[in-house]
Amino acid sequence: MTLDQLEIGKPAIITKVNGNGVLRCRLLEMGLIPETVVEVVKTAPLKDPIEITLRSYVLTIRLEEAQLIEVQEVE
Amino acid sequence: MIYALVGNQNSGKTTLFNALTGSNQHVGNFPGVTVEQKYGIIKGTNYQVVDLPGIYSIRPYSNEEIITRDFILKNNPDAIINIVDAMNIERNLYLTLQLLELRKPTVVALNMMDEVRANNGSINIELLSDLLGVPVVPISAIKEEGISELIRVVEETAKKKRIPKIYDFCKPGPVHRCIHAISHIVEDHADEADVSARYATMQIILDDQNIMDLLKLDENKIEIIKSHVEEMENERGLDCEAAIADMRYKFIENVCNQAVSKPEKSKERTRSVNIDKILTHKYFAIPIFAIIITTIFWITFGPLGTFLADNFEIIIDSGIDIVNAFLTDYGINEIVKSLIVDGILAGVGSVLSFLPLILILFFFLSILEDTGYMARIAFVMDKLLRKIGLSGKSIVPFLIGFGCTVPAVMATRTLPSERDRKLTILLVPFMSCTAKIPIYAFFTDYFFVEHKALIMTGLYFGGIITAVIISTIFNKIAFKGNPIPFVMEMPNYRLPGIKSVILLMWDKAKDFIQRAFTIIVSATILVWFLQSFDLRFNVVEDASLSILGSLGKLMEPIFKPLGFGDYRFVTALVTGLIAKETVVSTLEVLIPTGITTLLTTASALSFLTFTLLYTPCFAAIAAIRREMGSAVKTIGIVIFQIAVAWVVAFTVYQIAGVFI
Repeated sequence: MTLDQLEIGKPAIITKVNGNGVLRCRLLEMGLIPETVVEVVKTAPLKDPIEITLRSYVLTIRLEEAQLIEVQEVE
Repeated sequence: MIYALVGNQNSGKTTLFNALTGSNQHVGNFPGVTVEQKYGIIKGTNYQVVDLPGIYSIRPYSNEEIITRDFILKNNPDAIINIVDAMNIERNLYLTLQLLELRKPTVVALNMMDEVRANNGSINIELLSDLLGVPVVPISAIKEEGISELIRVVEETAKKKRIPKIYDFCKPGPVHRCIHAISHIVEDHADEADVSARYATMQIILDDQNIMDLLKLDENKIEIIKSHVEEMENERGLDCEAAIADMRYKFIENVCNQAVSKPEKSKERTRSVNIDKILTHKYFAIPIFAIIITTIFWITFGPLGTFLADNFEIIIDSGIDIVNAFLTDYGINEIVKSLIVDGILAGVGSVLSFLPLILILFFFLSILEDTGYMARIAFVMDKLLRKIGLSGKSIVPFLIGFGCTVPAVMATRTLPSERDRKLTILLVPFMSCTAKIPIYAFFTDYFFVEHKALIMTGLYFGGIITAVIISTIFNKIAFKGNPIPFVMEMPNYRLPGIKSVILLMWDKAKDFIQRAFTIIVSATILVWFLQSFDLRFNVVEDASLSILGSLGKLMEPIFKPLGFGDYRFVTALVTGLIAKETVVSTLEVLIPTGITTLLTTASALSFLTFTLLYTPCFAAIAAIRREMGSAVKTIGIVIFQIAVAWVVAFTVYQIAGVFI
């Protein structure tokens, strides 16, 4: 499953970050690296971008970018 | 001594800069850095501190990051002050680790400690300092707590040239082996090039071509380095980028586990979530945004703004009148008087007339920015703006552009990427500003009495559509490159600091006056000169004989295809560059009999279209020059806008000719 498909309010663990170049580096540097816990907080009124929390801060990313992040839901 | 202030966006960097320097701030060029930087003198000392752009990393992806990196490497500041948001310490420390690799005297200013305490969190400062190998000073920039201690520690660190004690952030394993092996290879080269070997190593692992060139590594060594990296990637099971990020975050997690007792979900966060239930609500978000912007607009360009602007103008005008009367009494030469009154003072007046507008707009804009609402605007509007290849925040300069291009161009400063900023600056002038309304009114009175509203609306939409088309084209050609991904932090809502709001207004006003003065005043004098003399430098009574008139006649063929190839219209367009309202007054003077006989409906429409799209005024050019930081690019933009205006007006004229 990728991050854009994750249900709101359900924590998940990042398993892989796809993509390449600048974009991928930026995602990694913002702390979106494997084994990190993320949660989707809400979606924008036009459904895109989405708001997520990780490492006790809030980040917004576009669905396009969220699709690059593979996650696994935690129980 | 000179210090560099470095930190993430939203870490309170500007607040700290203000707390350190008060109103003693300047903007200037530093050698080696392409963009002007803000710097100030730290209170009670004679040390300079440079406010570098807010960044998350010094991997050079964006101009902001390049500026920071170049400043630190080339200008060799005596110390780096790294501001870290204690409420968001993990992510903030990522940049810290990169800074420590540079091996320059560094002090961490741990900001927002008041919030950490208020939410029952705590940070063991001594332990954190030991684990990072640099001094850590707890501060609250907004409450101005810990500032003098920070100044003291930074001074000591700089004077004793204390290099960070720790730079090795890897645990034993493949990444560790790789870094050390490569470090060994590049060490001598790095020493020779005078950069930190550790920094060079990390950049080389991440395939930074610049640093490889700088170190003058030969083919053979590059081969060996590449094989080390490949070996590491295979053993670690991650590519080098993920492996390095992972290594840094593992180190940070370890540091935080030991030194930080995390605050519970903070009051500020809970409050933000509640506010956002309304402000970024599924249905309410966009209407609320529209209401907020309309209110700001209404205040700025409505009663309050008009009141201030009018009174301000009365003051300016009476000042000019006094000078005028004095000069007349003195019996000064008419031409000298005309130069002073119609040239110099008119120019000064037009610079000053923008002041109330800029002050009011930036008062509101800094509140939007400081409260954190600007980030919400970006979040809500992003999808819409992305359709034309921009991101959410660009909506703000565009909307201001309908009021006045000058503050709109100045407002692009807050845009997250250089690319967005340039494209927005290019497009903002197509938003029809309020100063053009008198021209529309003048022409519609003559030609479109029945369809006034239709023509007005059409012009506004014409500007927007032109911007959309150009943006779409430019996205496919010129601005293709690497758009910076929209990965934006959502800060908590905060009360804006009065001090920072006032400083920003002051800053913008000063900035505009300083920068705009030369361009606007000299341009006004030039136009005055062209209007007052003929080609033999005799004073002319009849404007058609002036140099401007002759130039207008010379340019007639250019405007013939647009349907208004009469020098008087061309002259009006040139004087319109001083201020758009001047187009009307020039036409009234040059064509006392009225314009109806000189234009057809189609050519009137074409003239209006040209007015809508060509460069707004000298003040706007001055603002563009300021924000682009390049005279050549500014001239390019002006030519581009005139070309667009010509092409669109030509098209309108041809199409209208068929139908009317």
